[in-house]
Amino acid sequence: MSAHGTRGSGMTWVGRAIRRLEDPALITGQGRFTADSAAVYWVRFVRSPVAAGKLQTVSAPDGATVITAADLKDVKKITPMLHKFNYKPVGQPVLADGIVRFIGELVAAVVAKSEEEAEDIVDRVELSIDEMPSVADARDALKAGAPQVHAEAAGNIILEGKVKTPAFDSTWGSAHKIVKIDARSRRQNATPLEARGGHAAYDTATGRITLTCSTQMPHLTRTAICDLLGIPESDLRVIAPDVGGGFGQKMSLPGEYVVLVWLARKLKSSVAWTEDRRENLIAAFHSRDQYVTLEGAFDQNAKLVALKADIVCNIGAYSCFPTTCGVEPLMAMAEMPGPYDVQQYQCLARGVITNTCTMAPYRGVSRPVITFTLERLMDKAARAFGLDPVDLRRRNLIDKFPYKSAMGLEYDEATYKETLEMAVKAIDVPAFRKRQAEARAKGRHLGIGIATFSERTGYGSPAFAARGMEITPGWETVIITVDPSGFVEARIGSSPHGQGLRTTLAQIIADELGITPDMIKVVHGDTDRTPYGWGTFASRSLVISGGATLIAAQKIRTKLIKMASYLLEAATEDIVLTEGMAKVAGTDKAIAIARLAREAYTQTHRFKGDIEPGFTETGHYDPPGTFSNACHVAIVDVDVETGHVKVEKFLVAEDAGRIINPMIADGQVHGGIAQGIGNALLEEIIYDESGGILTATLADYLPPTAHEIPPIELHHIETPSTNSITKAKGLGEGGAIGAPAAIINAINDALSPFGVEIDEIPATPQRIRAAIRNAEKAA
Amino acid sequence: MSEKAMITLTINGRDYPISVEPRRTLADAIREDCGQTGTHIGCEHGICGACTVIVNGEPVRSCLMFALQADGKKIRTVEGLAQGDKLHPMQQAFMDHHGLQCGFCTPGFLMLAVSVLEREPDIGDENLIDVLSSNLCRCTGYQNIIKAVRAAAKEMRKG
Repeated sequence: MSAHGTRGSGMTWVGRAIRRLEDPALITGQGRFTADSAAVYWVRFVRSPVAAGKLQTVSAPDGATVITAADLKDVKKITPMLHKFNYKPVGQPVLADGIVRFIGELVAAVVAKSEEEAEDIVDRVELSIDEMPSVADARDALKAGAPQVHAEAAGNIILEGKVKTPAFDSTWGSAHKIVKIDARSRRQNATPLEARGGHAAYDTATGRITLTCSTQMPHLTRTAICDLLGIPESDLRVIAPDVGGGFGQKMSLPGEYVVLVWLARKLKSSVAWTEDRRENLIAAFHSRDQYVTLEGAFDQNAKLVALKADIVCNIGAYSCFPTTCGVEPLMAMAEMPGPYDVQQYQCLARGVITNTCTMAPYRGVSRPVITFTLERLMDKAARAFGLDPVDLRRRNLIDKFPYKSAMGLEYDEATYKETLEMAVKAIDVPAFRKRQAEARAKGRHLGIGIATFSERTGYGSPAFAARGMEITPGWETVIITVDPSGFVEARIGSSPHGQGLRTTLAQIIADELGITPDMIKVVHGDTDRTPYGWGTFASRSLVISGGATLIAAQKIRTKLIKMASYLLEAATEDIVLTEGMAKVAGTDKAIAIARLAREAYTQTHRFKGDIEPGFTETGHYDPPGTFSNACHVAIVDVDVETGHVKVEKFLVAEDAGRIINPMIADGQVHGGIAQGIGNALLEEIIYDESGGILTATLADYLPPTAHEIPPIELHHIETPSTNSITKAKGLGEGGAIGAPAAIINAINDALSPFGVEIDEIPATPQRIRAAIRNAEKAA
Repeated sequence: MSEKAMITLTINGRDYPISVEPRRTLADAIREDCGQTGTHIGCEHGICGACTVIVNGEPVRSCLMFALQADGKKIRTVEGLAQGDKLHPMQQAFMDHHGLQCGFCTPGFLMLAVSVLEREPDIGDENLIDVLSSNLCRCTGYQNIIKAVRAAAKEMRKG
């Protein structure tokens, strides 16, 4: 990898399941989360109680400090931008200005000396709102005469992506069989265990504000808030301390944080807000509220030859910053063909505005939905052809690389077929079919479901530019310093919050420098301490920040070797970095790396101007992107009397390229699968027809518990990525992407004797019972 | 608002004389009045269990108990688990088995698991999963938490 030197013992830190460097603080109660800091003032927000209306007046009780849009006249509207797809930019005032568009929208901020006092005042603020007709469902919003949510977006369509390959029509016309699926994905909330929150403190000496907040993207939060307030970025420091999960919900800008910074400047003091669970469920971002109609044209050999998709995404009332609401429809359009070889493709993907909470990315973004839809289509096609679902997939999975998709994406080498074969062998399908038949004879309904998928990860700025985004995240920067004590600090622009990046990046550096990971501190989540970077999301950090880390570490390595060659009077080729020492291979000549570090600061004259003083190197990385892949298999037991589904077993065969830390990698897959199981069976944000939200507590919105998650069996293939310099592919989202499809296919398999099809997630007991009842009635 | 009352919370063996409104929850009192921020608040309606502490030997959701109700009782929080530098077997097991990712739910899970194993050291797998289902974790998918608690149980039985 590096130009010079070889590794000593051959033992590497990369690939080992070492314990996490993050854990000691977190297991002893010494983690530092946003809500752990005290403030002088506390903020509670007054939120819209109606789905749509003209806001006439906000009446505050005497003596109360209540901030409204009238106070924020100089604050710009949050207006993220896309330059393609007929996108209609709609602005979101930080506090509602004249119109409210969803229940939970920010209307006013109450400031008091305690949280309780602020809450008491919120109860006494009176709103005068002329209610207007509202619309909560995306298909309703598309109907003629539907209430118009924003004047700028006629027909409530905020963006429209269209694609059609040249030979689509002729291929479609000559197809042997068309198979169609009408799928519905209900709305979800990412539900990090720590809800959002912020703490803004004014420094009287410098006039600077420090905003500590629960975010996945501290640098972009700073850029956004400074743009909106019209202040220099140097006047704001943003800190993401320990963050209690994000899953995408914390990668979009909350208006609340803008208000906190504005207040801290105005009050010249500290102000804090901690989101409560109700606020989080109704007004933090939602996701995955989609209708997808998918049709596949197959030839006589059951080979998919053309795919037609109609995607309708309910994007809520506004467009999220920075990705814009294009993130769901455009990802669905770009990645719909998934792991299957099909060169003719037609797609219409629309983002539709409604009077509901704004949509933002959530783990996997659109891929859990498109995978579920595509995998349902494949199972349905298998039935239409009288084929085994595994066989149908064998005929259609991509197996030649690099592969160029109908949308022009380049797929690097992956193992779609190999993971499928590995998974079906491990689960032993024939044995299951025997067990299934025996169970059916006794009135028990077991089912098996398969999902194969690709997970596009670690993509750089060109991928975001292709969407026409004004802000194109992609690259990452890492700065590594060896200090005069010989210890290493890596400052990164990414912002991990549970992914264990402090450990995995330390493993990468340790191998390059011949030291142990405990000598390396990875610093993140502080705009004063770290280089500009985009944050942690989209399964990107290990690939992109890891790549930048490797580049910076290679430069440090080169410098250590050069210095050692001077001091040990040996050729650079002969220097080995190992066990904290630079050694001359085959001799007993050696010098401690800590000593070299010291000399780089204090004895620079010894290197005759051949090295720069100090010991800091920078790495940048902006990769083209890569594709992880996996095959998920679920076995379920459906109680046809109650509609209850028990997931008996879950098996995964996955390929995420080179694995840096197997323990952490497996943990990511486990967590994703648990969210996918919630997605498939339990989790649903429900609006009634008037835009009222019915799922405002965790007793109504149901993340899975330990009861609902079965043992998970993992199998790995490691295909080193040629599009990633660490050879690692990302895997943060895969679990969540494949699980819903596998579970729903398994439910459909279990219910096949009833002639029932479930093409909706979550497949709640009510939906399963309704489907069985309807089938019985029809019979 | 009503008048504040003087109470004493005994947390990890130390007395904290504090003055609280009757509506103050135990969770808020532990965090804000006693400065022990290792106990986290995830939902404030008794579902997620992030705020679980041990009160007189019983696991309690501290968001559902008023501070006044805990006056004079013995409270244990995550800060009191380790003995000096020696981690509690449960803490060690969570590290060894990757039973945490973001770490927000972790103090609640640790206190829940410790209190249950102290009461029922030989708890069976099914009952253990029942008990662990009282708390929510959004990161781990629970498998490693279950593994960690089983490993700690073994260790605690030895000790």
